[in-house]
Amino acid sequence: MYDFSIVTRWIDSLLRHTLNLGDFWSILIECILVGICILTAYALIAIVLIFMERKVCAYFQCRLGPMRVGPWGIFQVFADVLKMLIKEIFAVDKADKMLYYIAPFLVIIASVGTFSFLPWNKGAVVLDFNVGVFLLTAISSIGILGVFLAGWGSNNKYSVVSAMRGAVQMISYEMSLCLCLISAVVLTGTMQIGGIVEAQHGAWLIFQTPVTWLAFLVFLVAGNAEANRGPFDLAEAESELTAGYHTEYSGMGFGFYYLAEYLNLFVISGIAATVFLGGWMPLHVAGLDGFNAVMDFIPGIIWFFVKTFAIVWILMWIRWTFPRLRIDQILKLEWKYLMPLMLVILTLTTVWVALV
Amino acid sequence: MENNKSYFGEIGAALKTLGTGLKVTMKEYFTPKTTEQYPENRKTTLHVAKRHRGRLVFLRDEDENYKCTACTMCEKACPNDTIKIVAHLEENPETGRKKKQLDDYQYDLGDCMFCQLCVNACNFGAIEFVNDFENSVFDRDKLVYHLDKEVYKGGSLPNLIEGGAPLTIGKFNTKTK
Repeated sequence: MYDFSIVTRWIDSLLRHTLNLGDFWSILIECILVGICILTAYALIAIVLIFMERKVCAYFQCRLGPMRVGPWGIFQVFADVLKMLIKEIFAVDKADKMLYYIAPFLVIIASVGTFSFLPWNKGAVVLDFNVGVFLLTAISSIGILGVFLAGWGSNNKYSVVSAMRGAVQMISYEMSLCLCLISAVVLTGTMQIGGIVEAQHGAWLIFQTPVTWLAFLVFLVAGNAEANRGPFDLAEAESELTAGYHTEYSGMGFGFYYLAEYLNLFVISGIAATVFLGGWMPLHVAGLDGFNAVMDFIPGIIWFFVKTFAIVWILMWIRWTFPRLRIDQILKLEWKYLMPLMLVILTLTTVWVALV
Repeated sequence: MENNKSYFGEIGAALKTLGTGLKVTMKEYFTPKTTEQYPENRKTTLHVAKRHRGRLVFLRDEDENYKCTACTMCEKACPNDTIKIVAHLEENPETGRKKKQLDDYQYDLGDCMFCQLCVNACNFGAIEFVNDFENSVFDRDKLVYHLDKEVYKGGSLPNLIEGGAPLTIGKFNTKTK
């Protein structure tokens, strides 16, 4: 199994010993390097995701999707990004300028922040705190603030309605999302992302107990709602609220929301893949050592991407299948169905851990 | 939807309908796509129904004579003033009876809304719509056709008047040339 920490250790020793830099400078340089890597990966994955969304959506609707810009339309997203970059950013009259300009950054901070928690490979977990899952949910809730401030600061009634809906929905679904993560934490006994992945060495978490796959399904539903997508996109219900909380944004302000929407999808899928499907951990079946050895030959990053994009595809399938829910239906689904179900699952998991 | 189910009965019904929806879209994902790639397929798989109203033409017989009598029924029927007919009275030297003679039949494609009221109004079967749809030009003036002067011999594409290629649904219509 390829271990990425060889590379990171080598860079660290290069800075500390070969170049003889002090603690401060070597850590600073490492932080900048990691930051650049994360932002580059963020942008690249956004491009892939937007293209994938357009194609998958088209195929579900019996269309071809973008076909003109480049072969099979692969340069469509670059054209979109170029257009967005050269558009003027202007604020509405009487908008709360400070909130208006801060909001996209809050959303993108939450998105990049949660993105940094994803375990790419063995030894390539960027943020690997001992309170990882806890911190992850904390950072992801900054995004709610961004959505709410954007709607409030825009001086637009549709945006306010959308912001209200978005806040209500995201705060509600945070509940079952966290309960899903807690049930995983109960099973693995650690909050550290790396530790959670290591705990799935024998078998992925959904195969470890008879109820965890239910938690995985609930996580997908709640995650979809958390990313404001699919049947839960009533924060930007375009048929009712034009574009919801980002109606009044143009240029890169809108671009940040667009980026964050797709990266949140990726982050949710990545976390689902990490917590329930083992992240970069290859498929191991207890007792089949030959099979396990063959699976170990596939690098962890490929495992991670395959699992994540499989979940992304499933979420897109859900998004382009189901009609949008009403606000009361969304809250009913969360508080009357998902959360009680998750509490039951959490109890069962705890009992399982205590008895088995 | 009937809403008399119990809590768990509702969950079961919901899962069933969600599954049906997912099954439908999954099937759609793998069916051949109906998108036609127009400029590429215009000489191969392009099908335009015969009844499609692309533009107005004069119907002509073998000797290229038209049937229009300049009665202006079509001009009066047109809601957009698309058709303008210029005619003068001409006396037949043998019978001495005066008869309208068509000088100019002006049809402004740019104003036409393809309602077919003119064709319905015509008592002589002199005009009809054809499915020749590639009518875009760079100058508005070029959209004004003089139907009595031009002899319409099919559109910009061969066999288009007959509908082009046979209609195929669910085929990848992306062939070029």
